[in-house]
Amino acid sequence: MTIEEQFQHKIEEEIKIEPKDWMPDKYRQTLIRQISQHAHSEIVGMLPEGNWITRAPSLKRKAILLAKVQDEAGHGLYLYSAAETLGISRDEMYHQLHTGKAKYSSIFNYPTLSWADIGAIGWLVDGAAIMNQVPLCRTSYGPYARAMVRICKEESFHQRQGFEILLVLSKGTEAQKKICQDAINRWWWPCLMMFGPADEQSPHTAQSMQWKIKRFSNDELRQKFVNMIAEQVKVLNMTLPDPDLRWNEERKQYDFGKINWEEFWNVLSGNGPCNKQRLDARKKAWEEGAWVREAAAAYAEKKAMKAHTQVA
Amino acid sequence: MNQLIQYTLHLADNALIMGHRNSEWCGHGPALEQDIALSNISLDLLGQARNFYQYAASLINQSSPSQEATEDTLAYLRDAHEFYNCLLTELPNGDWAQTILKQFFFSTYQYHLYQQLQQHSDEQLKAIAAKALKEVTYHVRWSSEWVIRLGDGTEESKRRMLQAIDQVWMFTGELTDASDYEKKMRIDFDLLQQQWNTTVTKIFEEASLPLPVKSNWHQAGGKKGIHTEHLGFILAEMQFLQRAYPNSQW
Amino acid sequence: MIGEYGTKYYYGDYGEGKGGTPATSSQQQTQEEMNSWPLWEVFIRSKQGLDHKHVGSLHAADAQMAMENARDVYTRRNEGISIWVVESKYIHASNPDDAGSLYDPANDKAYRHPTFYNLPDEVKHM
Repeated sequence: MTIEEQFQHKIEEEIKIEPKDWMPDKYRQTLIRQISQHAHSEIVGMLPEGNWITRAPSLKRKAILLAKVQDEAGHGLYLYSAAETLGISRDEMYHQLHTGKAKYSSIFNYPTLSWADIGAIGWLVDGAAIMNQVPLCRTSYGPYARAMVRICKEESFHQRQGFEILLVLSKGTEAQKKICQDAINRWWWPCLMMFGPADEQSPHTAQSMQWKIKRFSNDELRQKFVNMIAEQVKVLNMTLPDPDLRWNEERKQYDFGKINWEEFWNVLSGNGPCNKQRLDARKKAWEEGAWVREAAAAYAEKKAMKAHTQVA
Repeated sequence: MNQLIQYTLHLADNALIMGHRNSEWCGHGPALEQDIALSNISLDLLGQARNFYQYAASLINQSSPSQEATEDTLAYLRDAHEFYNCLLTELPNGDWAQTILKQFFFSTYQYHLYQQLQQHSDEQLKAIAAKALKEVTYHVRWSSEWVIRLGDGTEESKRRMLQAIDQVWMFTGELTDASDYEKKMRIDFDLLQQQWNTTVTKIFEEASLPLPVKSNWHQAGGKKGIHTEHLGFILAEMQFLQRAYPNSQW
Repeated sequence: MIGEYGTKYYYGDYGEGKGGTPATSSQQQTQEEMNSWPLWEVFIRSKQGLDHKHVGSLHAADAQMAMENARDVYTRRNEGISIWVVESKYIHASNPDDAGSLYDPANDKAYRHPTFYNLPDEVKHM
C-alpha cells in the first residue's frame, strides 16, 4: 500500500487522523481553511449578539446572553487550537481574517435590530449551525472532531434559550408579537443560505465527503432544517416568510421557495450590511490589545530571567 | 427607607453596575482567553447582584404588602438617584489598564467587605457574602496579577497604568467612607480601610507602581444617589426595553 | 455565478479572498509574533480518583496565566477539580512512523491479559 492508500484506508475504516500522521497536503489545507473559518465565525458571531448584552431586558436574560456569547469565545478558542495542530499559528489566522483573506459565515454580516433578533439567532442561526456541527463530531481529523464534540455539548442550551425568548414574545403584547415576527422574517432566508450553495454548485463537496471531513451534502442538511423549523414555527404561532412553503406528501418533505443566491454571493464577497463594521470591530480589538499582549510577554520574560539568575 | 433595604440595594447596585461595565468588553478583549476571563467575572457579579436584589425585593414586599418588587423592577425601574452604587463602578472602562485597575480596587474592597459580611448577624447577607467570597477571591487574584504585569511590563503599559491611577484614584476613597446606612450595619470601616490599603500597597509595590499620596479629599455621593454623568447613560441603555415596553414579560 | 466569486464549497468553508489562504506558517517572524503568547496544553482531573486528561490547549504569557486561563476556558461547567498546564514545546511525542516497532510487539502477548486464562466457573472473582 502506498502512503496515500494507507491514508484513505484509515479514513474508510473510520480511524481518526491525528496531527503527526501523514496526510495529503490538500487535506491539510482544506482542514486549515475550514477549521479557521469556522473559528472566525464563532468570534465574529460574538458581535451581533454582544450588541444586546448591555440592553437585555431582565437580569436572567442578561446572564444567559453573556454566558452564551462567552461560550462562543470558547468555541472559537477550541477551533483555533485544533487548527494550530496543523501547523498554522493563531496570529496568522487572525492576520488572514483581518486582511480579508479568510472568510467567516455570512450570517454575522446581518444586523441585530431588536431583542427578538437574539431569539431568532438562537433558534434559527444556532439551529442551522447545529445541523451542520453534529455530523462534524465524526469528522476524520481527530482534534477537529474532539473540538466539535465539546462545542456541540455546550451549544445544546443555545438553541433552546433562543426559542424560549421568542416563545415569551409570541405570548406577549401586540408590540412584542410584532418584533417577534419581524425578526423571523429577516433571519429566515439568510439562515437557509448558511448551508451553502446547492449541491450541483459545490464542486469540492465530493472530495470532502470522500475524506469524511464533511458527511452530508448542503442540500440534505438544508432540507432537514426546513422540515424541523416549519413544524416548530407553529408552536410560536408565527409564520415563515415563504409563500411556497408547504408539505409535500409525496416527498414526505417540505417544499420551499427559491433562495436569492445573488444576495448570498454579495454578502459573502463583502457587500452585506455589516461586513465592514464586523471586521473593523475585530481589527480594533486586536490592535488595541497589542500593547497588553506585549506587556504580558515582557513581564513573563523578566520573571523567567529573574528565576534563572536566582538558580544560577 | 429601611436601612437594611438601602444597604442591600447598595450591595446589589455595586455588583450590577460593575458587572455591566465589564460585560461591555465581551467580544472586544485583547486576547480571546482574557475576553473569557472578564466575562466570567461579569457573570459572577451579575449573580451576586441578583442574590442581593432578590433579598431586597423580599424585604420591600414584607415592609409594604402593596408593593410587588422583584429583582427586575429594582434593576430596571429605578432612576439614577435611587441607585446607591459607588462611583468607581460606573466609571467608563477606558483602556485595559483602567479596566484592570478599577477591577482590582473594587475586588479588593469586596473581598475585605465580604469577609466581614460572612460573619454578619443578618442570615441572608451572611449567606450571600459567604458564597460570593469564593468568587471574589479569584477576582482579586486575577486582577492583582494583571496590575503587576502591566506595572512591571513595558514602558507603555506602565505609562498607561500611571494614567489610569490618575483617572481612578480619587474615586477609591468612597469605597471605605461609610454612609449613614452603612454605619448602622455594624461593619468595621476602619478595619476595612486598613485592609484595603494593605493589599493595594503590597500589590503596587510588586508592580513597582507609586502609591498616590493620601489625601482627605475624594469624590463621593454614589452611595447616597448622587452620581457621575455616566450612570444616566448606563441606565438609559440597560433599562431601554423595560421602559419602551412597559408591563411586559421577557 | 460561481466563477465570478471564486469556487464555494460547503458549511464552514466559505472560500478564499484574493491571494488565497497560505496553508502553513511563513518562516519570517514579525515583531508581533515574537510578542505572541506561547501555546500550552491543558490537562484536567474531572473528579477525585481519575487521571488528568488532555482537554485542549490555549495561549498564555506565563504558567500562572495559563493556569487561570485553563480554569476560565475549560472548567466553566464544573468540568474539573485539578488542572495541569504544560507549555506545548516541552511535550515529546512518539513518531507515528515508529508505531509498528513501538506497539505491534505487544500484540502477540495475550498472556498479559486476564482473559487469556481459562478457569473453572466455580472460581469466581479472580
